[in-house]
Amino acid sequence: MLDKIGIAKRIAQEVRDGMYINLGIGIPTLVANYIPKNIHVVLQSENGLLGIGPFPKEHEVDADLINAGKQTVTMMPGSALFSSADSFGMIRSGKVDLTILGAMEVSENGDIANWKVPGKMVKGMGGAMDLVASAKNIIVAMQHCSKDGASKLLKKCTLPITGLRCVKKIVSDMAVLNVLPDGGFRLLERAPGVSVEQIKNATAGKLVVDGEIPEMKI
Amino acid sequence: MIDKRVASAQEAIQDISDNATLMIGGFGLCGLPENLITALLKKGVKGLTCISNNAGVDDFGIGLLLKTRQVKKMISSYVGENEEFERQLLSGELEVELIPQGTLAERCRAGGAGIPAFFTPAGVGTEVAEGKETRVFNGKTYLMEHWLRADFSFVKAWKGDYSGNLIYRGTARNFNPMMATAGKITIAEVEELVPVGELDPNQIHTPGIFVHRIFQGKDYEKRIEQRTVSI
Repeated sequence: MLDKIGIAKRIAQEVRDGMYINLGIGIPTLVANYIPKNIHVVLQSENGLLGIGPFPKEHEVDADLINAGKQTVTMMPGSALFSSADSFGMIRSGKVDLTILGAMEVSENGDIANWKVPGKMVKGMGGAMDLVASAKNIIVAMQHCSKDGASKLLKKCTLPITGLRCVKKIVSDMAVLNVLPDGGFRLLERAPGVSVEQIKNATAGKLVVDGEIPEMKI
Repeated sequence: MIDKRVASAQEAIQDISDNATLMIGGFGLCGLPENLITALLKKGVKGLTCISNNAGVDDFGIGLLLKTRQVKKMISSYVGENEEFERQLLSGELEVELIPQGTLAERCRAGGAGIPAFFTPAGVGTEVAEGKETRVFNGKTYLMEHWLRADFSFVKAWKGDYSGNLIYRGTARNFNPMMATAGKITIAEVEELVPVGELDPNQIHTPGIFVHRIFQGKDYEKRIEQRTVSI
């Protein structure tokens, strides 16, 4: 099984040179730390920045410079600043190449639920609905099962939906999977020490296992 | 020159009455019109509808107006980080409308651009779409969303001149430019107010035509929600 850093490291392998990328809060934010040095990407922050740099040193902290998680950040050389309207313009028009976000549930046809749990305080969807409705390529970072062992990879989402038929790939603590165009999770890789049988048992939606399934290289 | 200066935040908001609809710029606590919020607290107007991406924290930003029960309704995209907000929401004292962030930005932009409605893919198939018209363009379904406009828009800029031209700084720009365009009366507070001619016209983000009143703010706290540093 992978820990959060393991999931982030595996997702970093999906990143290609020249990509514009939007990273969600949580594990997705960690991905930035594991992108190889020879791969050049630009990170988009939906509050209005292209070119997020590392967290600032104490003396560099600037209240006018934060990311979408409201953390203080710095800017890379060649950064650009813009309004929220321009920011979501570039998201909706498909200029952002890769969106990495967390999920509470994903269904076998690629629906995602990640913004609301009935009965719990609703904080809002922020930019998640805009991102999933328009992104060309969405990778989800998630736990395969809940703390009590219930699968989060389902036939149909039980929680309120964030977007329909949008998830292309999932990296969980147990596996890497594709969402097939006609529905179903296709198993691509196993986490170190995890068997196909364990993944089958942990996946409530349709799981497609074709041939030998390699172990992830982290 | 059209001189739009007012002496203070109090003077700028003197004609705001109960039940007004306000747009308040900022993302979290970044780019927040601090002086105007403080003036609203002092004035004590009630029944406000606030259109703002977030609802502040318990002791700063719009959170202060919640504490004094001056807000009837919040229109926002994300409202965590605020216990008083949660309490009022659960007790039914506060009405909340949650809107996807990009849709919120575009609805403000549309309000200031004279476009009453537009179609967006955000929220299709979700509870956000309930009761809204959908249409298919090039095989994809889109939702119709309406413009937002306000009685007063509060914006915060870095620099401004006497005619209301504005320049923002860093990610403090966020919702401020669109909200500046969508207010019947737009009030700008700036860190540095300069005579006309001192700002480079090539660098203006919000042209002064959208701004009705401007003043230099004071005592900016610029609080940081998540101070994150590397060692």
